Amino acid sequence: MEKTFTVSIFTENSIGMLNRITIIFTRRHLNIDSITASESEVKDVHRYTITLKTTREKIDKVLGQIEKLVDVIKAFVHEENEIVFQELALYKIKTASISNGEVEQVIRDHHARILSVDPLFMVVEKTGHVADTQLLFEKLKPFGILEFARSGGVAVTKPMKELSTYLKELKVK
Amino acid sequence: MEKLTGAQAVIQVLLTEEITTVFGYPGGAIMPIYDALFDYSDEIHHILVRHEQGAIHAAQGYARVTGRTGVVMATSGPGATNLITGLADAMIDSTPLVCITGQVSSKLLGTDAFQETDVIGISMPVTKWNCQITRTEDIPSIMAKAFYIARSGRPGPVLIDITKDAQFGVSDFSFEKCTHIRSYNPTPEIDYSSLEAAAELINQAKKPMMVIGQGIMLSEAEEALRTFADKSGIPVASTLLGLGAFPCNHPLFVGFVGMHGDYAPNIKTNECDLLIGIGMRFDDRVTGDTSRYATQATIIHIDIDASELNKIIPTDVPVHADAREALLFLTHLVKERSHESWVNEFKEAKQTEVETLSKGYANCDTQDVRMDEVIKLLSNLTHGESIIVTDVGQHQMMAARYYQYNKTKSNVTSGGLGTMGFALPAAIGAKLGMPDKDVIAIIGDGGFQMTLQELGTILQSKIPVKIVILNNNFLGMVRQWQEMFFERRYSFTEMISPDYVKLAESYGIQAKSIASKTDLEDGLREMLDAKEAYLLEVKVVKEENVFPMVPTGASVSEIRLA
Repeated sequence: MEKTFTVSIFTENSIGMLNRITIIFTRRHLNIDSITASESEVKDVHRYTITLKTTREKIDKVLGQIEKLVDVIKAFVHEENEIVFQELALYKIKTASISNGEVEQVIRDHHARILSVDPLFMVVEKTGHVADTQLLFEKLKPFGILEFARSGGVAVTKPMKELSTYLKELKVK
Repeated sequence: MEKLTGAQAVIQVLLTEEITTVFGYPGGAIMPIYDALFDYSDEIHHILVRHEQGAIHAAQGYARVTGRTGVVMATSGPGATNLITGLADAMIDSTPLVCITGQVSSKLLGTDAFQETDVIGISMPVTKWNCQITRTEDIPSIMAKAFYIARSGRPGPVLIDITKDAQFGVSDFSFEKCTHIRSYNPTPEIDYSSLEAAAELINQAKKPMMVIGQGIMLSEAEEALRTFADKSGIPVASTLLGLGAFPCNHPLFVGFVGMHGDYAPNIKTNECDLLIGIGMRFDDRVTGDTSRYATQATIIHIDIDASELNKIIPTDVPVHADAREALLFLTHLVKERSHESWVNEFKEAKQTEVETLSKGYANCDTQDVRMDEVIKLLSNLTHGESIIVTDVGQHQMMAARYYQYNKTKSNVTSGGLGTMGFALPAAIGAKLGMPDKDVIAIIGDGGFQMTLQELGTILQSKIPVKIVILNNNFLGMVRQWQEMFFERRYSFTEMISPDYVKLAESYGIQAKSIASKTDLEDGLREMLDAKEAYLLEVKVVKEENVFPMVPTGASVSEIRLA
């Protein structure tokens, strides 16, 4: 059965890492839903967060092949209930559309905030899961959305171990 | 501290890594390295090939027979892209290589400069690791890493791309061998409890069998395997690449598994109660339909590559370990047993195979030579002690089936990738790696014509390899499938050959062509006795099929004998 999985990959900071990781998904004809990359809590260790829909069997095999990459320190796969996951969305709308009060109500109802206001347009920011940012999108749509962007997800895991423990183990060796 | 150019540093690293043979082809972007190599022609034997694909297959042949890392040099652009097939081949067949490619100067990267290609991007999926060096001072440490990665754990090809300015630049040189990389753990700590569980299953099993792969040779576990087999009494079957790791003349050897493997180990796969895969990866050519592969059996799988465990066949006891260490430990834990009647079942099945196949031959008993006859005779004449290098297709399966590989690392073939054109250059490398052994390349007429330019390398470097072309004027394996599964519609499989004798002679290579059974033995003897390179063309039966065969999608127990 297909489910949404979040893969967290910790790697050395070397050129081409993203490519090395994504070709493993490509080879198995898996489509990545979202991807983000950043430095992790450990200096010089980079973190990739990838979400996709697939089966447990497939993702376990993919994980094995990712971990086999020389520059990958450790990779983890989590289901939705094992992580705290967040995305960010930006909505560019006409400043004029705020005048009737309805837009303001929508923004308040969705706990979104206004990032910037220009005489012609304004930018609204909303964090949440895809469903949340999508709902706001639908609500703002009637007023005209000039531009919309949604980030990939960032996630931290619920269990209190993972990378730091693993790195310590590596150092002990 | 010593100051060296980047190019000189490359050569110093090769010397420190005890590299004595390099296969390559010069060109613009690697000229500084070739210039530095010129001063070390006594220490490093450079073999000038005729095409970069020849260089990498030669390095593969060298690595496969010696267990050492093969080294390749090529220039940027087309030089580098010509390596790709060999990289893919070495990747899937776990062959340790370090390929050094020249690259345009770092300031020209990404500008579509002359002979610039993104070789790092192109080779990423077909290398164990690759890296581009743009700074002279990085050369020693990255090269050290390359050699460490290529040979350790599950071996594989590494490509190092060095920009021309990094080759020309000057920097302090100090070299330290690489022995550890934080993110890379090639030597797993054995989980002894998994081996204890395995031993318990082995001690209880009534019909156990082993399927061994190339991993036995890569971890130098041949002796450990023999001791384990002798003590446990478990019959040993082999994959294509595992042939030679366990002597074919050992009473517990029960044959070769897979699509064109032997009847006995294929049908017994679906009758055994315990199947132990060691240093093998359950390739689809081995398993046939996986949903009907050894489902009755308990499975133990020992492999150094964790991602192979449970990849294809659900495994009861996965053992992430080096094959040699695992076998040494298991030998202590298992009881001394003999499975005489079970082993006899294999012998009986073998008899069925021999009888059925010989009935088929009775119908075509003419003076025409069959491929299997050539291999059987060659095996007898060489006592199964030569190094046999094969290409891809019917002749390859015949060689795997009928040559009695009694020595380890004596079987060099392109298994996973199935690269036609592999054998001739690989045989060159094998002979250079093992100069005291007879190296015999067995090649079909199709594959030979893919890399025959390497006859020039044989000529120039005086490499005494023996070449047997089994010529049926067909791409025989494809033709067999067309006959069996495409209503004999021989779509573009018939192939006209040049006059191989004249061709060989034009390269100064002795040659002979034979077409009749009566000439076969003399022909093979003359070839084997030759002190120099020799090419023997054997014109064989045009439409011979390889049997047994497990058709695609069938289960191994549905193996066909005719």
